[in-house]
Amino acid sequence: MLRFITRRFLETIPVLFIIATATFFMMRLTPGGPFDSEKQVSPEIRARMEAHYGLDKPLFQQYLLQMKHLLQGDLGPSFKYPGRSVNEIIADSFPVSLELGCEALVVALVFGLAAGMVASLKQNSAWDHIPMGLAMIGICVPTFVLGPLLISAFALHLDWFNAAGWYFPRDRVLPALTLGAYYAAYIARLCRGGFLEVLNQDYIRTARAKGAGGAQVLFKHALRGGILPVVSFLGPTVAGVLTGSFVVETIFGIPGLGRFFVTAAFNRDYFMVMGSVLFYACFVMACNLVADVVLVWLNPKMRFE
Amino acid sequence: MYLTLLCLALLAGGCGKHETLVEIGDRTQELRIGNEGEPASLDPAVATGVPEHNVLVSLFESLVFADGKDLSPRPGAAESWEISPDGIVYTFHLRKNGRWSNGDPVTAQDFVESYHRVLMPSLGSQYSYMLYPLKNAEAFNLGKITNFNEVGVKALDDYTLQLTLHSQTPYLLSMMFQDSWDPVPVAVIKKHGAIDDRTNPWTRPENFVGNGPFVLKEWRINSHILVEKSPTYWDAKKVRLNKIYFDPTEDADTAERMFRSGQLHSDTQPPPSKVAFYRKNKPDLIKVYPYLGTYIYKLNVTRPPLNDKRVRKALAMAIDRNAITETILRAGQEPAYFLTPPDTAGYTCQTKIKEDASAARQLLAEAGYPDGKNFPTVEVLFNTLQTHKAIAEALQQMWKKNLNVNIVLHNEEWKVYLDSLRQTNYFIGRFAWIGDYVDPSTFLDLFTTGSGNNETGWSNAEYDRLCRVAANTGNRAARYDAFQKAEAILMDEMPIMPIYFYTQARLIRPDVHGWYPNVIDDYDFKSIYLVPEKN
Repeated sequence: MLRFITRRFLETIPVLFIIATATFFMMRLTPGGPFDSEKQVSPEIRARMEAHYGLDKPLFQQYLLQMKHLLQGDLGPSFKYPGRSVNEIIADSFPVSLELGCEALVVALVFGLAAGMVASLKQNSAWDHIPMGLAMIGICVPTFVLGPLLISAFALHLDWFNAAGWYFPRDRVLPALTLGAYYAAYIARLCRGGFLEVLNQDYIRTARAKGAGGAQVLFKHALRGGILPVVSFLGPTVAGVLTGSFVVETIFGIPGLGRFFVTAAFNRDYFMVMGSVLFYACFVMACNLVADVVLVWLNPKMRFE
Repeated sequence: MYLTLLCLALLAGGCGKHETLVEIGDRTQELRIGNEGEPASLDPAVATGVPEHNVLVSLFESLVFADGKDLSPRPGAAESWEISPDGIVYTFHLRKNGRWSNGDPVTAQDFVESYHRVLMPSLGSQYSYMLYPLKNAEAFNLGKITNFNEVGVKALDDYTLQLTLHSQTPYLLSMMFQDSWDPVPVAVIKKHGAIDDRTNPWTRPENFVGNGPFVLKEWRINSHILVEKSPTYWDAKKVRLNKIYFDPTEDADTAERMFRSGQLHSDTQPPPSKVAFYRKNKPDLIKVYPYLGTYIYKLNVTRPPLNDKRVRKALAMAIDRNAITETILRAGQEPAYFLTPPDTAGYTCQTKIKEDASAARQLLAEAGYPDGKNFPTVEVLFNTLQTHKAIAEALQQMWKKNLNVNIVLHNEEWKVYLDSLRQTNYFIGRFAWIGDYVDPSTFLDLFTTGSGNNETGWSNAEYDRLCRVAANTGNRAARYDAFQKAEAILMDEMPIMPIYFYTQARLIRPDVHGWYPNVIDDYDFKSIYLVPEKN
């Protein structure tokens, strides 16, 4: 297993290098620069600002310089927020996204797994159709619709929560539900599919024949095989959920990392784009690796290869 | 999903109805305002936008400050001043009890060093041009001279500051409302890094020192900025608010919901649909008032067929501005028949675009396109945004109907669009200008030859001359006469097509007292206080 992890880890190095290179050149080839604004500044001032950040150097030299800094773990300064480094912005905002993401994942897993298992056990009954119908709706309703709906109902009409913000513990409820609902729905369907496949296997029939009850079959015999599709789905998903959602963070005014992914590109905040892309890439690869390890552990048919 | 709802109900059971942040704020004099976005910087020499300015007026005090009611210059860090008869030399007497928030006195030398800093070429201050009325300031800023003693800023003693201008600038005092004129604590800045380093961390809450009525306490990016009443401020007795929270409400819908749920006392720029709703159903919660800005279309005069003045005029005359303000914008905006917003420091342009479809057709025919025949394809460029698209589509239809010409629409992402404008790589381009200070020159100087924001390829010697005349005379009548003539040329040559004048829409609770609408939407936090609403 250690060899497997080491090899996977080494594989990430060229991938990150390619991502960094592509990001660098794509950003620089995009028209418009970080210091363009509706009120034009004089060419002299613009030149000074570009010189301050080394943007006056030849492109390839800038590329080498940035690669050098990246190797040292220095993501560089933010153009949009002078006085703040990209490292600092990520360190400030990632914990918020991480917290929201974890809460959303709990929502997704608790509701998704419960609904999926119940549906698979009571296949083709109301216990199957109703949760699966709701799951379909959950997949179809985008967060930018669900979020405002929840706010309307529970913040504006019932006055149970704040409409936006990230100050009090109760401010976590609506964003976590909004972000978690989609994944809950997806997980419910995957989980139902996985369990149905397992529940039709011979060894389950054997277990049942030997007198095992519903819950025992489900948790003792079927669980390990049944949640395989969910685990492989969770790998990349966890990375996405934990690093923040632009839409949910915008709707609820949450100071997370998700907004920076998008606004940094709009602002042509070159170093911020590079930093957030690489951070996200590392996170996705780490989560995939964990998911693969868990999969092998759950499924003896698979090997570390 | 119904489990979700069940759980939600359980969770909320413990919450119940709660006292809103606004209600708490009313008791404790804590104002909460939606601030349109996350400030990029709180260094007065580096900051450029509205969210930044709103915070900075609470943290720093310039020589004068804007009276919230009528924008007249009121004594700020200077308790009095004299202006020489020729209008060139301003002598400011600073308050002896002016203090920085670390207790140090605010001196004339602080102002000299602050202005020196703004003008340092190496700082790259985007608004350094606000100080250009000072003698030799521009030359120093552009690196043509290097001795700051030649610039018209001098400390005669600790509490007397003398400014020498290169020419009369009758609106100088109102320019000083802009942040570039704020004093900064140079000694503190030096402690945290280089004086000309725009990334110097001196504006972090733990390092911050200011001379305004409030002092920076917390700054969490994308979450909030908190400022507290400064005990060292010379007029602290008059300041009634204890705290101000600035929420970076970037999303208009989110901000409006926060206002509705009692999280904000005030929020600017609610979604247009909501503006109409509030005006009709809750007029006591909304204020709509003129704002010093004009929405225009720039016309690239270097490209045929727009190189023909008759074509430009025909396009400008063939549209119905009223229809745009009434049916698309719906927030009290006024149709613009000239560039400078009406009654800017008492100036209103007398030359108006005549909306007349048949005269427009006539002009187009004279230019060689009778009934729009052979009119080449012309493109309208705008940055991707719903309102801009709606306006462009309306104009496209009006031109089709009135002139029988085909105009195509093209939208670009913000920075790409700015780049296209800068390179004059467009036919017709959307543009908006918000005045830097209350004087017609902030609008009319845009289209002088060589102005960075001209971007139309248009140049007119007489226009340039008139703008120079206006800049160099202190006589108000003579200045406004020059402006009238210059704007008449602009409206005859039509390198730009005004569409509408901006309004500001602000949701504001009746608990907020001492706030007044004004055309630059400046806050006068010293006069604002909160009184709980009676239920």
